[in-house]
Amino acid sequence: MLNVATPLINGLKITLQHLFKKPVTLQYPTERPVIGPRFRGLHALNRFHDRSKCVACYLCPTVCPAKCITVEAAEDPITHDKYATRYDIDILRCIFCGYCVEACPVDAVKMTENFELANYTREDFAYTQEMLTDKK
Amino acid sequence: MEYEILGLPLWYYIAMVSKVLLVFVWVLLTVAYATYAKRKIIGHMQVRLGPMRTGWHGLLQPIADGLKLFFKEEIIPAEASTFAFLVAPLIALVPAFISFAVIPFGSTLTVGGYKIPLQIAAYADKGGSVIDVNVGVLYILALSSLGVYGIVLAGWASNSKYSLLGGLRASAQMISYELAAGLSLITVFMVSGTLSMQQIVADQAGFGWYAWRNPFLFVAFIIFFICSLAEINRTPFDLPEAETELVSGFCTEYSSMKYAMFFMAEYANMITVCAITVTLFLGGWHGPFTDAMPILSPLYFIAKVYALIFLCMWIRATYPRYRYDQLMGLGWKFFLPITLVLIVGNALWINVVGAGNWLGCLFA
Repeated sequence: MLNVATPLINGLKITLQHLFKKPVTLQYPTERPVIGPRFRGLHALNRFHDRSKCVACYLCPTVCPAKCITVEAAEDPITHDKYATRYDIDILRCIFCGYCVEACPVDAVKMTENFELANYTREDFAYTQEMLTDKK
Repeated sequence: MEYEILGLPLWYYIAMVSKVLLVFVWVLLTVAYATYAKRKIIGHMQVRLGPMRTGWHGLLQPIADGLKLFFKEEIIPAEASTFAFLVAPLIALVPAFISFAVIPFGSTLTVGGYKIPLQIAAYADKGGSVIDVNVGVLYILALSSLGVYGIVLAGWASNSKYSLLGGLRASAQMISYELAAGLSLITVFMVSGTLSMQQIVADQAGFGWYAWRNPFLFVAFIIFFICSLAEINRTPFDLPEAETELVSGFCTEYSSMKYAMFFMAEYANMITVCAITVTLFLGGWHGPFTDAMPILSPLYFIAKVYALIFLCMWIRATYPRYRYDQLMGLGWKFFLPITLVLIVGNALWINVVGAGNWLGCLFA
């Protein structure tokens, strides 16, 4: 005969066991998640003396699959170094793939652990070189 | 001679009003915190936390929910039948609350020489014997079937196909399961020989709970509880508001306080059903030391009701919803024949073994 009660009771047992387990919920704004060492968050530009390390080689806008990086180059009148006058990332288009970091030959661009990028206007998501460069 | 109004002592009126207020407030609070308990219990059963933000461990959540619903916009669909639409939530809510009038929630308290039976529709006459509604169970059965009118009316008045289907399902489900629930109650009446709630509870004194008077009554207890879940549209029988099929069923078009009323009716119904099950099968307010300290009896009653409410939530967290044809099949082809067999078996048992406490006989 088909046993009706056993599976029903087994189901109840399982839910009761779960009642006494430690919940897996992370109380997010107060409890912080553990972020992995290779986490890909908001970009940052490493600093070299008074400006970012970027040499405006255009490798990152080339490799970027989302086409969210805009770089403009200029020449330093004293040292004759090539540098970026403009390094903008439209973070709304960015897919956080990390290809720009991989492509960078001078280790200028990196990715931080910052993942809380919510903001109020579209303009707030256009990150400029000043905003991205590490503070002194 | 003490002061009398319409031939009844003043104490009668004081006791009545305070009993009504106490029970009403208790039911309202339990409704509010049953929603909280449900979210917490189901949350933890799914290894989540449930509400945590409003107050300590989310304890103010029901109040926040109530305020939110109260201040929401009241929407009445243009094509709805306005009067029926407005009156349906009330029809759903009121029977859920007034069923409590005949449920004894404690033994008899003596205050200032006047005996107060802890049951709203009961009083002690001059001789001191407790008089209550002698058809209490019948009254409850009548009201419990009245509650579905609110749902059907809501479904019809909303003028929406989802609401209508929800209402139709509710009525069909109600009729199918009320039969089995009513038949399983007959086994109780066969033992108790009365429909008065006071006497039914009195008969279960000293752990002579009907649930284990005999095996047939035990099965009747389980079937009555399951059928009651189906009658009040709790999971796994919540087809009238099956959100995967019917958006939100009969309350699809409802918003604001009117939706809150359906919600309250659902929870009040759950409390009522648990209270009825406790009264009829689990010894009502009986427990250890109630004779010496009558004040303990409401606590036992409340503890038993809360245990059953926990069972409802446990079931809700465990079982998926029935398919509609399975639901009908379960009611008509499974529960109904079983309850008929139970009645015959119970009758034989009473004639052969007796109506007394079966377990008591074993130990004696």
